[in-house]
Amino acid sequence: MSVTATHNAGNLSWYEASARQRVAALADAGSFVEFIGPEQREMSPHLAVFGLPEQFDDGMIIGSTKLDGRDVLVAAQEGRFMGGAFGEVHGAKLTGLLRAASALKRDVLILFDTGGVRLQEANAGELAIAEIMRALIEARRAGCKVIGLIGGRAGCYGGGSLIAGCCARLIVSEQGRLSVSGPEVIETNRGVEEFDSRDRALVWRTMGGKHRYLIGGADILVDDDATAFREAAIAALRATGGFDLAVLTAEQQRLEHRLGRFGAMRDAVDIWTGLGIVQPARLPELATEDFLQQVQGKREAADDAR
Amino acid sequence: MEKLSFQFKTEKPAGGTRPQALVGVVASGNLEVLLERVLPTDACSIDIATAAHGFGTVWQAVVADFVSRRAAGGLRISVNDGGARPDTVALRLAQAVRLIEEPEA
Repeated sequence: MSVTATHNAGNLSWYEASARQRVAALADAGSFVEFIGPEQREMSPHLAVFGLPEQFDDGMIIGSTKLDGRDVLVAAQEGRFMGGAFGEVHGAKLTGLLRAASALKRDVLILFDTGGVRLQEANAGELAIAEIMRALIEARRAGCKVIGLIGGRAGCYGGGSLIAGCCARLIVSEQGRLSVSGPEVIETNRGVEEFDSRDRALVWRTMGGKHRYLIGGADILVDDDATAFREAAIAALRATGGFDLAVLTAEQQRLEHRLGRFGAMRDAVDIWTGLGIVQPARLPELATEDFLQQVQGKREAADDAR
Repeated sequence: MEKLSFQFKTEKPAGGTRPQALVGVVASGNLEVLLERVLPTDACSIDIATAAHGFGTVWQAVVADFVSRRAAGGLRISVNDGGARPDTVALRLAQAVRLIEEPEA
């Protein structure tokens, strides 16, 4: 699918789109107002030291917009710039947006597309992850919903996955991988017998959107389509859910139960079999609608803490 | 990082009324182009930051060709380059000037 300078929300692949195209397709037409736009040239202070090119927005686009008439704040990572990785400025923009959400009592959409922390500014990036998680939790305690959308090329890995884990709801497409360690990281550290990063089917059935949906790691599974993401975001903003000690205690129990149920299993297909899904090996090839029908009533609940 | 800067006198002002336009991303073989309508309408400046050293004459040729073909008066053009080929650069410059001509949303 081709990517053009002008967006066409009707048939825009979320996976192929740029961060700016995703924001434009998600928002009500013409409603997006950017904060700290590219013309302000708030760029990384670290990349030049390594002789690496900078980007005017440091790969993070933030602003306010309307979604189905409702005022929300939005952040989008550009996965093609430095793999969407978190650096000092990139992270500070999201921290600031989440703090603004607390002050303004606005809900937030985070369009993840990231490999994690930027190695060239690792300390600043790790600190940014911690600051973002704190600001996110504070926003949720202030009553704001924070929704994560995952379906980009870089997936959602490393520190990005930790932030995603703090969100109230996660919307994911099959293409949107979600995991703390990426395939190459696991293979490098534990060997190819543990995880063969070149086995794309293994990568997708272990970290991909369908599996995350099935084990309760994501809440809504959508097609790789900007309109589908938009509709899911509207629905996720309408959903109700608290965020207090009782909710977190229940979530902890759910995760312990899940670990007891599936912790010893070696492959995602074993887990799908354990969930009682008929013909589990066929799941990767099913279209979203058929998949959702096939697994109806079988998946692990996701909605306790989120 | 090599920084290049070019100044041109232009015949035609850029079309449309948008104050700025941005196309492309900084990735391997790609570049981003930021246009800002901030200069006198008979002037155009192009500032380039590129990781690939020693291609000043190629850049000179590509941007001079762009300014001669397109209405670029009044534009301050800033480029962050990730090692794009000259044809990709020409394409992005053309996309950017088309985008700034579009009616405002």
